[in-house]
Amino acid sequence: MPTSTLTRDTPPPGPPAPRRRGPGRRPASRRNSRRLAADLCLLLAALAFVLPLAWLLFSSVDADSGLTARPPTDVTWDNFDAVMTTDITFRPLLNSLILCGSATAITVVAAALAAYPLSRYSSRLNRPFMLTILFTTSLPITAIMVPVYGLFVQINLIDTMSGTAFFLASSQLPFAIWLMKNFMDGVPKVLEEAAWTDGASSMQALVRVILPLMGPGVVVVTVFSFIMMWGNFFVPFMLLLSPDQMPASVSIFELFGNMGSVVYGELAAFSIIYSAPAVLLYVLIARRLGGGFALGGAVKG
Amino acid sequence: MVSKHTPAPAGPRDAAGAARVPGQAGGGRRRTGPSKHPQPPNSVLRALLRALPVGPSVVLMLLFLAGPIAYCVWIAFTDLQLSGQAESSFVGLENFRTAFGDEGFINAVWLTLVFTILSSIVGQNTLGLALASLMQRASKTVRTVTGAIVITAWVVPEVVAGFLLYAFFRREGTLNSVLDWLHLPSQNWLYTLPILAVSFANIWRGTAFSMLVYSAALSEIPKEITEAAEVDGAGGWRKLWHVTLPMIRRSIATNLMLNTLQTLSVFGLIWAMTRGGPGDRSQTLPLFMYEQAFKNNLLGYGTAVALLLLLVGALFSLVYMRMLRTEV
Repeated sequence: MPTSTLTRDTPPPGPPAPRRRGPGRRPASRRNSRRLAADLCLLLAALAFVLPLAWLLFSSVDADSGLTARPPTDVTWDNFDAVMTTDITFRPLLNSLILCGSATAITVVAAALAAYPLSRYSSRLNRPFMLTILFTTSLPITAIMVPVYGLFVQINLIDTMSGTAFFLASSQLPFAIWLMKNFMDGVPKVLEEAAWTDGASSMQALVRVILPLMGPGVVVVTVFSFIMMWGNFFVPFMLLLSPDQMPASVSIFELFGNMGSVVYGELAAFSIIYSAPAVLLYVLIARRLGGGFALGGAVKG
Repeated sequence: MVSKHTPAPAGPRDAAGAARVPGQAGGGRRRTGPSKHPQPPNSVLRALLRALPVGPSVVLMLLFLAGPIAYCVWIAFTDLQLSGQAESSFVGLENFRTAFGDEGFINAVWLTLVFTILSSIVGQNTLGLALASLMQRASKTVRTVTGAIVITAWVVPEVVAGFLLYAFFRREGTLNSVLDWLHLPSQNWLYTLPILAVSFANIWRGTAFSMLVYSAALSEIPKEITEAAEVDGAGGWRKLWHVTLPMIRRSIATNLMLNTLQTLSVFGLIWAMTRGGPGDRSQTLPLFMYEQAFKNNLLGYGTAVALLLLLVGALFSLVYMRMLRTEV
């Protein structure tokens, strides 16, 4: 999972080197052959990366699917039909949606509130607080799952959706605050001062002026948090016990865990259904996260 | 009362771009708002009121992150068990002593090292850099297609990735079919070399992140500098070693650190592929911790392992913060 805090390398200042012409300039044919070589290498890498994915796509529509990726001889939608039941698909996905949806809501609201004073007021505590947040974003959450389990048993939060949602939200919070604060820093203060002059309280300014202005930033934080939680396996695996509360990330094990007797086509079909929301949401924010990795810029601090 | 005219003028919508405005970060001497804004007389009270919105986050993080960590520190020194025994007692360093004398633990430490070095430091990092620098030269179509495929591997949920690679590495899986086709020897990877298989799985899944980081870093190197190096007669490797790598040094450090931390806590991927097996031959520390705490019911011992893992993570995290210190 990519929680990330990235920095860009800035080139050293100074006048740009003069662009030289003449004999040093690379001939076009050589540039073309280099591009061809790069293309070939990349396509080879892409092939290696696509093979496991190809298995998923092929098997899901193959009437006679096995473990090898091969184009199906007999294309069928039976696998999808077979998994479209309450037990296999609908309940787990609904659980995922409730769990991740509520956890995302908690994360985004708490992060937006916390980011506001951090971004707007200067205080001696800001820097230590942000450093603590940064420190926390990189702690391995996996490591604390055993004590969290112990704690949840003691305070009767074990096997509750709400407890799990609160924990998921908290584990995502440090990164969300960090990201939110940096997006908020980008909104000019003048605009909210205008709102204050009109008599708005700072909370009203936050909700009506700042958050709408940083809309794309809020979308990035929301979608990113949601994707992270949607794919999270270990947390619900530890904290939820009853089968009817399991989100898809865990139920997939109950259903297909013993690979020995599994119908691979159905496993593939369900995997596609379960992955689709995460992939689609990623595409939605990809240009902000991916292109030039704006996340890195936003997180620079 | 908010005037009806205040909301959202069509301002700078590009938050990602706007967020990069330099010098906005630490606050410095920032004005504290116009005097018309209602201010309580007492400055301490005012500071508290202002900090109030941070409250929910602080409470959540104290309850669910700091709490468990503190609890972890305590439990690690007790002999708490899951079943049977109601009381637990303080056993001091006993759990840690057990750990360092436990073959299973030592095995897990080694496997974690192999897994981390192989998949994050060597695999994801190098492959990510290679892909990113190839992309600089490749044609747009190939770049887009490759990028999309590699990133899909990253976005797919952890467990699904685990199943995919399980299918890929099985005896009758895709990898062996390809090897057969190339007339190379095939074998049951998940049985003979499980740690290698899960390491490759982690590379498959995590390379996209490094690729994105390095693409961003490389695209910021001014063309003039690389061209000047070429004019001066630097070949591909020398250019890489003497020009490109020094210029993206900070990105390399950050990326390595994040990859390492992430890889250190991988659980679902390995669980889906091998469950740590066969035997304990792909049982990294997180899986060992889980097994001790839940299969063997030794919650105290499992937590001691967790604490060690957390310490390693915290150590990395501190180094990482030092690297970023100038930035925050």
